[in-house]
Amino acid sequence: MHELSIVMSIIDIAKQQADRACATIIDEIELDIGTLSGIEMDSFEFAWKQAVRGSVLEGAVRKINTIEAKARCLDCDAVFSIHHYFDPCPVCGEHLLDILSGKELKVKSLVVS
Amino acid sequence: MCATCGCDSGGSTAIHHLGEHEHTHGAHSHSHSHSHDHGHSHASSKTIVDVEQDVLHQNNLLAQRNRGYFDAKNILALNLVSSPGSGKTSLLERTLKDLKGELEFAVIEGDQQTTNDADRIHATGTKVTQINTGKGCHLDSHMVLHALQGMKPKDNSVLFIENVGNLVCPAMFDLGEKERVVIISVTEGDDKPLKYPDMFHSSTLCIVNKIDLLPYVPFDMEKVKANAKKVNPALEILEVSCTSGEGLQTWYNWLKSRVAVSELI
Ligand SMILES: Nc1nc2c(ncn2[C@@H]2O[C@H](COP(=O)(O)OP(=O)(O)O)[C@@H](O)[C@H]2O)c(=O)[nH]1
Ligand SMILES: [Mg+2]
Ligand SMILES: [Zn+2]
Ligand SMILES: [Zn+2]
Ligand SMILES: [Zn+2]
Ligand SMILES: [Zn+2]
Repeated sequence: MHELSIVMSIIDIAKQQADRACATIIDEIELDIGTLSGIEMDSFEFAWKQAVRGSVLEGAVRKINTIEAKARCLDCDAVFSIHHYFDPCPVCGEHLLDILSGKELKVKSLVVS
Repeated sequence: MCATCGCDSGGSTAIHHLGEHEHTHGAHSHSHSHSHDHGHSHASSKTIVDVEQDVLHQNNLLAQRNRGYFDAKNILALNLVSSPGSGKTSLLERTLKDLKGELEFAVIEGDQQTTNDADRIHATGTKVTQINTGKGCHLDSHMVLHALQGMKPKDNSVLFIENVGNLVCPAMFDLGEKERVVIISVTEGDDKPLKYPDMFHSSTLCIVNKIDLLPYVPFDMEKVKANAKKVNPALEILEVSCTSGEGLQTWYNWLKSRVAVSELI
């Protein structure tokens, strides 16, 4: 379950950033998670509950921006939403795609005090 | 405190250089200390901090560092990934024996508990380091960095990194490898590429192993190829049997072509 190590990294980043801002409390954390990021949300929830206990993020409100995956067809240039890497181009049916978004996995912002 | 990356020791990852000493090494965070010389008051009001940091940033940084090391020494580093039992260690055993004397090899073995695989590699006479990840289900760039410190692979060698048997999360963790090789066997379903698309998307070569068993199992080779190409149209696919040796020559040719390319750079 790599979601646990992902949550641990998020806690590390949050702590580092809070220290840098000389803050003691993290009120909110905003995350960008793309639908092709490799994160399974149920596992993520489970890991989050376990890992934030006793950490700087214990009382923080979490906001997740789900980033939709988009691709450009390298054959016909169409731009469209995808759910999987193997989705074909809806215009020409080809699979040569350039992934434009959806792989995001980042800490976007914090609200600290 | 480890001098290379500033981490604290003491944790669950263990590194064994076979035939040498061993030391345990920590699962930990890398903290960067900073000085408060920017002159400000500690306000109690709420502040928004724009972070915009990739969660895998730390792993990616150390992966880049490994990659730099490999480039500098002209080492071809390959990350081998598969489900448990697809034949990663078997493929390495065959390769190390068959190409002995032709290419220089070193191996990093990732496993949760035992040193069985490293023992199998050690028996071929190849330099091998075992990383035991404990509960961890993947290798990360930091573990590889520490494994490299003890093993010192030779210039111009091929370094195989056998990842933990798992087709899910090793896909997310760059180790600094040149290429990722995904292995499946014919006893697994031909829908594997569709079930584990991240891994097939991030690999450049797919090896279909155990083709000696094709007469006995319902495995549609054309279907698995079509599925893999849907996920990654650029993926190269080779069919082999580590038991009968069938197809291994094409794998050796692939390997030698990569070594030749990296020698030119
Ligand atoms: N029939 C057959 N069995 C194989 C082949 N390659 C590996 N095996 C067997 O598959 C099992 C798992 O192989 P191993 O190399 O340990 O897989 P790993 O977990 O991916 O490292 C072992 O019992 C091997 O003997 C093959 O080409 N054909
Ligand atoms: Mg193995
Ligand atoms: Zn198209
Ligand atoms: Zn270290
Ligand atoms: Zn470290
Ligand atoms: Zn994992």
